Amino acid sequence: MSFAFRSVRVPCALLALAAFLGGCARAPQPVHFFAEGRPGKLSDWHLVEARDGKLAANTDVVPYDLNTPLFSDYAHKFRTVWMPKGKAAKYDAEGPFDFPVGTVLTKTFFYPLPSGAARDAKSVARTYDTSRDFAGDRAGESLDLAKVRLVETRVLVRRDNGWEAIPYIWNAAQTEAELARTGDAIPLELVDETPAKAEREAFAYVVPNENQCAGCHVTNVKAKQIEPLGPRARHLNRDYAYASGKENQLAYWTAKGYLTGLPTTNLPRDADWHDTAQPLAERARAYLDVNCSHCHSPTGPANTTALDLRAAATDLRRLGLCKPPVAAGRGTGDRLFDIVPGKPDASILLYRMTSSEPGVMMPEMGRNTTHKEGVELIREWIAATSGTCDA
Amino acid sequence: MRKLAVVALCALAAGCGTGSSPPQPVSDADAAFEKKLQEQFLDAKPGTVIEIPPGKHQLQRVLTLRANGVTVRGAGADKSILSFKNQVSGPEGMLVYANDFTIEHLAIEDSKGDGLKINDGENITIRDVRVEWTAGPSKDNGAYAIYPVKCKNVLIEDSVAIGSRDAGIYVGQSQDIVVRRNRAEKNVAGIEIENSIRADVYENNATGNTGGILVFNMPDLTQHGEHARVYKNKVIANNLGNFGAKGTAVASVPAGSGIIVTSNPKVEIFDNDIADNRTANVIIASYYITNFADKKPTEGYDPYPKSIYIYGNRFSGGGDSPDGLDWKALKVSMFGISGHFPDVLWDGFVDTKIMTNGQYPAEQRICVQNGEVEVLNVDGPNKFSNPKVGKEEFHCELPKLAAVELKGKA
Repeated sequence: MSFAFRSVRVPCALLALAAFLGGCARAPQPVHFFAEGRPGKLSDWHLVEARDGKLAANTDVVPYDLNTPLFSDYAHKFRTVWMPKGKAAKYDAEGPFDFPVGTVLTKTFFYPLPSGAARDAKSVARTYDTSRDFAGDRAGESLDLAKVRLVETRVLVRRDNGWEAIPYIWNAAQTEAELARTGDAIPLELVDETPAKAEREAFAYVVPNENQCAGCHVTNVKAKQIEPLGPRARHLNRDYAYASGKENQLAYWTAKGYLTGLPTTNLPRDADWHDTAQPLAERARAYLDVNCSHCHSPTGPANTTALDLRAAATDLRRLGLCKPPVAAGRGTGDRLFDIVPGKPDASILLYRMTSSEPGVMMPEMGRNTTHKEGVELIREWIAATSGTCDA
Repeated sequence: MRKLAVVALCALAAGCGTGSSPPQPVSDADAAFEKKLQEQFLDAKPGTVIEIPPGKHQLQRVLTLRANGVTVRGAGADKSILSFKNQVSGPEGMLVYANDFTIEHLAIEDSKGDGLKINDGENITIRDVRVEWTAGPSKDNGAYAIYPVKCKNVLIEDSVAIGSRDAGIYVGQSQDIVVRRNRAEKNVAGIEIENSIRADVYENNATGNTGGILVFNMPDLTQHGEHARVYKNKVIANNLGNFGAKGTAVASVPAGSGIIVTSNPKVEIFDNDIADNRTANVIIASYYITNFADKKPTEGYDPYPKSIYIYGNRFSGGGDSPDGLDWKALKVSMFGISGHFPDVLWDGFVDTKIMTNGQYPAEQRICVQNGEVEVLNVDGPNKFSNPKVGKEEFHCELPKLAAVELKGKA
């Protein structure tokens, strides 16, 4: 009986009653869109819920993935979208889709547990292997809680007045995620999956508070509006392993009724940063786009620095080539230019990516460890870039 | 009392722990304080006053504010202290994206990055705020102590900035700015106005920095600065060794610089006490003389200082021990071992495109009408081959710049 996994919320007697009448976990409650306020528990939304040893997406809650994701201390991410019946997002080639009021996105940050070790409070695997993330019977639509550690789930909800970000942190028992408006700093240890290395790296996993969410999700510093970052055409244009089989995400959303206006040709598509079969420059630019351009764009909060790292940026100087820093402070690492072609170790960009020290590292938040593989990608790209900054 | 004594001892011992040490565990009291304070920042609405009680509060994470019309108020710049010594996330101490913001009577110490950053706000008041890196000048310090950027209507008064690895009070890409009665010490740049339009900088005390007061214009940025009045300040003995990070603009500032104008048009420097700055009391420079690696500034950027007016200042001492071997050699060869540079140093780069018969248009000249004060043109364009001292040729007047008027401020 799965009652033990459910949190019964006293203030919401109606829902509890409904859950009872509906037969507990077998038939989950429909998704609840909260037009205002911040429910105390993630399960109040009925979007993704821990039950029967799985973190499962509810009916009509569609999981999705991105071609190249933001690096978040090696966390894996389970993203979902849900929209009210009869509502759909409008396609946009560049920016976020125009989502209807009532849309709720979730992003669950989790780690596979280190293989062959007993679960403890801190140890998580540093791996790109996603093969043990998902529960077998529902393909990409539920996580196997015996093999992963859930850390936090962020809810992004489109209300009448715009988007709001609401962070939840998973409890130690992995049964519920509680509202955590002020965020947290959770001590974790990354365990290298390669047996030869078996390195452990302790770090503070920082859950952002609501205002910090806006630090990335407000991409126009004048408009001050929170926006989704991931669900854009160029990020979503890829296949996903749904329970019903593998399918292009944009086509799936359209078929599901979640997306209108999808063109039939010329869909933008960012490279997969990790796929070495794809061109180096495209992988590097996709990586910088997703990790940096929410701030480093002509409208973003870091437009004070004149650095533009969007995938669409074409001005090489604005992209950092031979550009002197503006307000980097010790972040320059005694280097002269953001990017020195052919010289990754002389480039401020790489220095700041390599650091994990607040005040030096970039991005400024969202990570407290160094993304070694990301650094290597950008190193390769700068090394392969031709030119000189000599006057 | 006992708690205060411990805090003082801590400060004396040059900080408990270094900038790069792993985060220290926080006490339950500090953790509870931080959670409550973070909630207050999240819940703030127009009209909210967030009170910071007396005491030294250890915080782990940046305080971010996004609501307009909020006041953050402490009990005094030496009483209500927000310490970020054990910061794990930020990198700023406080980060504000809001209009109609007032912060007063508190201190922000030892943040990993900038102390107080205000990005894209209008009507900003910073009053009696101390932002300090308590171990003194160090490579681990953040760049800017007090840092409004892209703001409009900015008042910074009665505040203190100590130990910044870039500029103590740094107003960037802003307009309509008053910086008055502040104290800037032991920063690379004490006070810096950069790419800003209409700034009044007066009655400040800049001492013990690498450079005292800077008015800079940098390339690449969308806004070019102009119109700054620097007056009634005390700019004394700014001779601190430059500890700026290479690559930053201020890394090019020679120790011993009083007031520097770089590439900025319409600057008026008057009625200041400027003394004992051992490279030069005043430096007027183009983008070309700086050590900026980049010698090819972007289109539309004017690298030359124009319409600079220096008058009625009280100078004493200074120029006797310039920073750097080249400058020392130049000083000795021109003025002898015990001599000194004149009070005003000019790099000599001129915009030949606007010259007629070797002269700038009257309204764009560099004018020094300051009694017997002389100007050393170091002849930068010819690699310093023919430096010369001038006086009469700089005797000219410019129309006075208008005072800055802040809307809605007393």
